[in-house]
Amino acid sequence: MQYSRPSLALAFAASMLAAGPALAQTTILNVSYDPTRELYQEFNEAFQEYWLAETGEEVIVRQSHGGSGAQARAVIDGLEADVVTLALEADIDAIAEATDLLPKDWRQRLANNSAPYTSTVVFLVRAGNPKNIQDWDDLVREGIEVITPNPKTSGGARWNYLAAWAWASQQYGGDQEQARAFVAELFRHVPVLDTGARGSTTTFVQRGIGDVLLAWENEAFLALEELGPDQFEIVVPSVSILAEPPVALLDANVDAKGTREVAEAYLNYLYSPVGQSIAAKNYYRPYDPSGVDPEDLARFPEVTLVTIDDPLFGGWSQAQPSHFADGGIFDQIYTH
Amino acid sequence: MADVAVIGRPQPARRRLKQPSVIPGFGLTLGFAVTYLCLIVLIPLGALVAWSAGLGWDEFWRLASDPRTVSALKVSFVTALIAASINAVFGLLLAWVLVRYRFPGRRLLDAFIDLPFALPTAVAGISLTALYAPNGWVGQYLSQLGIKVAYTPIGIVVALTFISLPFVVRTVQPVIEEIDRELEEAAATLGARRWQTIIRIILPMLLPPLLTGYALALARAIGEYGSVIFIAGNIPHVSEIAPLLIRIRLEEFSYAGASAIATVMLAISFAMLLVINLLQAWSRKRFGHGA
Repeated sequence: MQYSRPSLALAFAASMLAAGPALAQTTILNVSYDPTRELYQEFNEAFQEYWLAETGEEVIVRQSHGGSGAQARAVIDGLEADVVTLALEADIDAIAEATDLLPKDWRQRLANNSAPYTSTVVFLVRAGNPKNIQDWDDLVREGIEVITPNPKTSGGARWNYLAAWAWASQQYGGDQEQARAFVAELFRHVPVLDTGARGSTTTFVQRGIGDVLLAWENEAFLALEELGPDQFEIVVPSVSILAEPPVALLDANVDAKGTREVAEAYLNYLYSPVGQSIAAKNYYRPYDPSGVDPEDLARFPEVTLVTIDDPLFGGWSQAQPSHFADGGIFDQIYTH
Repeated sequence: MADVAVIGRPQPARRRLKQPSVIPGFGLTLGFAVTYLCLIVLIPLGALVAWSAGLGWDEFWRLASDPRTVSALKVSFVTALIAASINAVFGLLLAWVLVRYRFPGRRLLDAFIDLPFALPTAVAGISLTALYAPNGWVGQYLSQLGIKVAYTPIGIVVALTFISLPFVVRTVQPVIEEIDRELEEAAATLGARRWQTIIRIILPMLLPPLLTGYALALARAIGEYGSVIFIAGNIPHVSEIAPLLIRIRLEEFSYAGASAIATVMLAISFAMLLVINLLQAWSRKRFGHGA
């Protein structure tokens, strides 16, 4: 878990300044997951300005990033977050299960199942697509190597796994045995299982391992932007999954700290046209595209998206234990 | 009573806890040492065992004997044993060269030995991976020969050898410095051949520190996570190490499962270290060297 340095420095400087006059000064902590660094850096600045203009109060948003599961564990173990913005509903569910920080129906409190932005899983292939990878069935062809992080340690990888399952289930007319065989075959084509999404990107991009990287759309775009489109290209499969990274307020923490008002406003601002535009700019699909620059929206290709609440998966509360728990389907793939 | 029988004799049988010493403060320092050891070592380890005890024996055994856990433990212990053995041979050689010969750059080379101590292990892992990946400086030539290092168990051994090297060198080095050269000369004048001097004079003296170094290197390598995770590939049953499996259990929010694997690792490590210590005690007695 790391605090991004500029905001930490800012928080420190601000606390020094605020020591003098009795200036209204609040600090909130947003505990988030790995690939949202760029998004929240930009959003936090926008929110701080908005809050100052709106109420005359200065608010400092501190930011913490790490693997989604590890971040949830930190909150359970007592990290005093005001809001969590994680990769998986299951991670926030775990917080609600283990603590009284927020009610169990937290998902109903904000629009779109508390997911202000969404994403999906796409393929990143090497420039020119030398192995001609077009869809999921190409991934299990002889000699194709697929890079994905370990679904057990990476929230993003669970979406990869479920996207493959969704495609296979449609392909084989809902036959779950065949879907499972396909996913098992897919993981036999994985030579390296990194622990996190950024690790996998490094393995694929820097180490030159593998023919295709299964990545969140926003990570894939970011890789293109950083490394130049002459090296990689994005392939969008026919079917993928609607990844809904949720956000939630931690009631007990904000009440203890007296930050409820600002923390609620923070989450609501994510749903505002400004928040939605920032999300789109950072390659997350906005929930409400009405106020977003159409040029940013044009980058998101059309794709059939299966949601986690589809009867196929039955929501995280079912998918999590049956696929990813100890001894679940993913573990069975690797039993010899 | 028994007291009568020993009158008039010194009392070697009755051990006194408090030894007379020039420097006072035995009670205070012993108390402090025990408290310190408890706080730093025993309480965390006790908590670990207590957590896994909460599982119940059946559940503990199921987790510990799960094929994947067994594979991961095997990978961890086998690679650590290989790495420690490599270092026992080459670390000894390195220590010998550094002590016995004078050459330009010796002090610099000596300072390099400690670098694996100082380097954050993640940095070591990432640089080794970059080096040994099929497109890396070293990896590209090895891959032409059909040898894959990164993302295989060989990669794990490379990383563990790197991080555990200083333990062997630094434990053997001071003992080599202490060896009296006259012993070798005496052996030579008495007609010993070179290999006899090495095997019968030098090695017996070096065996106890070498075993200590070996044990330290082994212990360090077994628990290593940071550097291995980048180079291993982490494929279950092939290159998945036990510490990673512990982390996976934690990601499942299963503290008990994680502590079960940790307890098994702890028990095996403790048994191995105990054997090594016994061997060391035996070699001290057998060859009559050491402190």
